[in-house]
Formats: sequence, C-alpha cells, structure tokens
Amino acid sequence: MKRYIGVRLIYLVLTLFIITTATFFLMKGLPGTPFDEEKLQQLPTEQRQKIYASYGLDKPVVTQYVNYLGNIVKGDLGTSFFYTGQKVTDIISGRIGPSALIGLQAVLLGLAIGLILGIIAAYRHNTGWDYATMIIAVLGVSVPNFVLAALMQYYMGLKWGWFPVAFWESYSSSILPSVALSVGVVALIARFVRTEMLEVLEQEYITTAKAKGLGFIRIMFQHVIRNSLISVITVLGPIVVNLLTGSLVIENIFGIPGIGSLFVDSIKMNDYSTIMGITIFYSAFYVLVMLVVDLLYGLVDPRIRFASGKE
Amino acid sequence: MNHLLEVKNLQVSFFTYAGEVQAVRDVSFTLAKGETLAIVGESGSGKSVTSKSIMRLLTQTAKIKQGSIMFEGKDLASLPEKQMQNIRGKDISMIFQDPMTSLNPTMTIGRQITEVLRKHHQMNGSEASRRALELLDQVGIPNPEKRLKQYPHQLSGGMRQRVVIAIALACDPQVLIADEPTTALDVTIQAQILELMKSLQQKFDTSIVLITHDLGVVANMASRVAVMYAGKIVETGSVDELFYQPKHPYTWGLLDSMPKLHEKTEELHAIPGTPPDLADPPIGCPFAARCPYTMDVCYDHMPPYTEHSDTHRAACWLQDSRAPKIDRPQAGGER
Repeated sequence: MKRYIGVRLIYLVLTLFIITTATFFLMKGLPGTPFDEEKLQQLPTEQRQKIYASYGLDKPVVTQYVNYLGNIVKGDLGTSFFYTGQKVTDIISGRIGPSALIGLQAVLLGLAIGLILGIIAAYRHNTGWDYATMIIAVLGVSVPNFVLAALMQYYMGLKWGWFPVAFWESYSSSILPSVALSVGVVALIARFVRTEMLEVLEQEYITTAKAKGLGFIRIMFQHVIRNSLISVITVLGPIVVNLLTGSLVIENIFGIPGIGSLFVDSIKMNDYSTIMGITIFYSAFYVLVMLVVDLLYGLVDPRIRFASGKE
Repeated sequence: MNHLLEVKNLQVSFFTYAGEVQAVRDVSFTLAKGETLAIVGESGSGKSVTSKSIMRLLTQTAKIKQGSIMFEGKDLASLPEKQMQNIRGKDISMIFQDPMTSLNPTMTIGRQITEVLRKHHQMNGSEASRRALELLDQVGIPNPEKRLKQYPHQLSGGMRQRVVIAIALACDPQVLIADEPTTALDVTIQAQILELMKSLQQKFDTSIVLITHDLGVVANMASRVAVMYAGKIVETGSVDELFYQPKHPYTWGLLDSMPKLHEKTEELHAIPGTPPDLADPPIGCPFAARCPYTMDVCYDHMPPYTEHSDTHRAACWLQDSRAPKIDRPQAGGER
C-alpha cells in the first residue's frame, strides 16, 4: 500500500512537471505582455530594459523557464505582475478560503441531496417519485447556475432579506453561492446514483440478500448503496476539484474574492506568474484528489484494493 | 397432513409490454419431510419461476395469479411481505445457480453468513461468528478462520458455492430450494457439491427442491421428479418410475437426449422444434407441435393426468384408454 502511494506520488510530480512546462510555453505564446506596451514604448530604451530585467523577462524564454522551475522547487511561485510586490503564494492563499468554503458546502449539500433523490428514484423506479426526481435532475443540469443565482439574489437576498445579496462579509455570505453551485451536483449525483442502484438491484447477490429474509432497509444500506458508490466516487473527483477551486461565474455574480475570479483577472491582465501559480495549484489539487479517489475505490471495493495494493 | 410444502394450482405470469407471459400454468406438487424433489425441464419451462414463487422472490413484473403454496399452515402465495421475511432464510432458503454473482463482492464471507444469523436468531457478533466458523467447517471449507475475513473474489467457484450453501443452511431450514446449484461449476466440483448437499441433507433431514436440467444430477440426488414443460408439469413420479417407465413423449425425449457412453454413434439426440411461446400458449397439449405421436385431440384439449401409481402421473392423451398403444421406442433402462 505504501509503495503504491509512493509510486503514485512520483507520477504526481511528473504530471505536474509536464503541466507546468506546457502552461509556461503556451502562456508565453499569448499575445501582449503584462505591461501596457503603448506607454512602455514611450519610455527610454534603457528604462524599458530595466523593467524587463527586474522581472527576468530580458532573458531567453528557456532561461526564464529554468529559473522558474528552480523557484518552484523552493516553493516560490514568484511575484505578481499585477498586484505589484505581492507573492503569488500569498495571493492564492488569501483567495482560497472563500472558494474552498463555498465549494465544500456545495459538494456536501449536493452529495447529500443527490444521494437521497437518487435512492428514492431507484427504489420507486417508474413511479411518480422517480419521474419527479428525474425532472429535478434534468432541470438542475439544464438551468444555468447563474440564472438560479440571480433569482436567489433577487428573492432570498433582496426581497425577503434572508441572506446577503453579495460580497464576502460573514459566513452567511457563503450560503447563496453554495446553494447555487450545489444544484448541478444534486442533479448529476441523483442521476448517477439512480442508474447505478437500478443496476445493483438487478444483481444476483441482491436476490441472495432477499432470500436471507433481510428487510428493505438492511438490503439498501448493507448491499446496495456500497456497491453503487463506486461510480459515484468516479464523478465526484472532478466535481470536488472544480467546485473547491472556485467557480468564476458564481464568484463574479456574488462578488466573492475567490480563486475563480482571480484566475480570470490574471489572464485578462497577462499576469504571468499568477496564471502559472493558479494552474500549478489547480493541477496539483486535481492530481491529489484523483489519488484520493483511487484510494477510496480500494476502500469501497475490495477487488480493487487487492489488485493494486499487494504488499 | 404429512406434506411439508404443498403447491396447488400455481399460476404465475409476467406482465410485460408485449403482454402477459404465462410462465407457470397450473402447477401442483408436494414435498415431504426429508425428501428431494427434482424439477426438470429445459430453459423457459417455468422451473425457476416456480421455485422463486415459493420464496416470493419474483420480480415486480411477475404475479402469482392463482393457486396456493401451503407451508406450516400458511399460504405463502398471499403472506404479507413482512411475515415472508421471517420465513426466508430461516424456514425456507435458497441456493442459486452462479456462485460468481450470488455473493456480494464488497462484503466479507463472514458478514454474509452472520447477517442471516443475526436476522433470524438475534445472535450477537461473537456468537454469530462462532456459528459461521462451524458452518464453513461443515461445508468443507479449509481454514475457515481465514476465509471468514476474505471477500468472494478470493475464493474459487466451488468454494463460493460452499459458502452459498453455508448461508442457506445457517438457520437449519426445513426446505432448501436449489436452483441449478451445479450448472455453473466444473464437472469435478459438481460432484463434490452434490455429495455435500446429500450428506448435509441426511444430517439435518432437510427437504430439497432441486431445480435442474441435468438428468444425471436427478438420478444422483432426487427421490421424486417432476418434469416441466411450457409452464406445466407433464409427468411426475419417483426416480425409478420416471427413468424406467416414463409415460410422456417429452420425458422420452429428455431421456434420449442424454448422451450415452455405450452408444457408438457420434450423433446426439435432440428433441426437434422449440417450446411454445408462453405469451400465447396453445390450448391443447403444449408438446403437441414437437411430439412424434400427435393426434388431433392433442391440439385442442389439454390432456388430463392419468395415474399410473400413487406417485406416478402423466398428462398425455396416449395414456387415454381410447388412444392407440404406443411404447417408448428403444426402451431405456440402461441406467
């Protein structure tokens, strides 16, 4: 098991290296620089050179790349071009809180409601319950979350005054964006759980469980749910990464200072170091979550555990 | 009443989009204490549906339309689900065809056995584990302590079927329904499993309903046989009666289609044709279309049972006193 995790961590570093390299050179291919070129042209050449040099942009791209990699190894993602003088690591860690909180709440809420709806739909297969849940699921997937967000802002925020309409002031500011984000998760999870459970319910071992005289509740909790979870974990991985690393749309609508909005801003400003920093952060998180997902598989499904974890 | 289980006029239908499929049509049989009744027939003859009806494990699309299944004074055909749960696994239990799929892949063998003990005997964890160990030992699994903690995929097919048997026998059931218990196993393992079932039956005086299409298994295991065809029992009798004095042409066909060692021919006997469509079953004898001795009456009227002994009955017009005498060609009896 330890060996398995070790190997996976080596792969993780390798993946990150490739992603960093690709992003670095792709970003260099972007038109424009972090500076206002028109104004820069008015400066004397000497001063221009100095500005470039202070950011290390005067050197050949390959040298810049090597320097950058060297800094990453030391845990330094460089300083921002836009937020002058601020370290990228500080900027990201300052922005991660709101995104992570909203994302986590959205995932947990979405997972809980999605599981319940999916179980109901599967158990009451082909009845009004099933159809109702699936309509909710289709709506959840097809209604864009910014429409929902706007509606919630208007009614729950402005009209009834239950929650703050926007901005990041207190915990209650996180509720509306979390709910808005979770709807998509609910829909996705509900559909997955339903399909998967219907398949598990058809399995022979469920008949065996019934033949033991077990009641519905026991069969559900001890036999069906665990076997249905395998596919749910698969979809949950990317969802967790997406939501925890910030949704640009939702963060923009609610005016939340999260990673999502930071990413968009940094691309608009050609803020090289911040773009790189967020990309690396995002990828590292993604690869880590995937590792956790794979370990979870083993936890849920002993067949996978023994196949991969021979000690 | 000395019958442990009495199925009377059972009718089961599947309600599909294409219409009603009459899988079991008026089936009656009894099961005495300690005996083994084999139900034989080809795929789709309704033998599995009959057995699942007794356990009330039919899918939602299937319905018991008519008939009764009497067990200890209760009619299982109409018993509420909650009471049925107290019978399943305790008084009547079941062994399934494919041990590869009939065990939960994410649960240890131990838990799958103790589960049924906890449900019916309200045992606590350690009591149940002790009993599970004992059961694994009884079904001939070496290293039971180790096996308890393992998952199904770590066991071979034969071992898994032993586990399935251990689960079925955990609560000392009075009736054991074995639905093709050896079909999915290697031939060498088949014999072991059958021997195991036989010895456990003698030990606990369990009654067995054995569903199979393998006449070799029948000869080995059963005391009585019911031959099913197109949802009906066409002939029933003791093993000797059925093998040595079969009366129904379908039974003849079945017996002839068993490969025999002493025959030199390379050719295998088969019954020509296919069973009728049970969505639109024939009004007369269901075997008429495939029977080499068909008479006009066969197509229009279902033959009544004729009794040949206390235990031996067959539903065939050839047995009617007005019918021409036809003997089974190249009479069997080599067994």
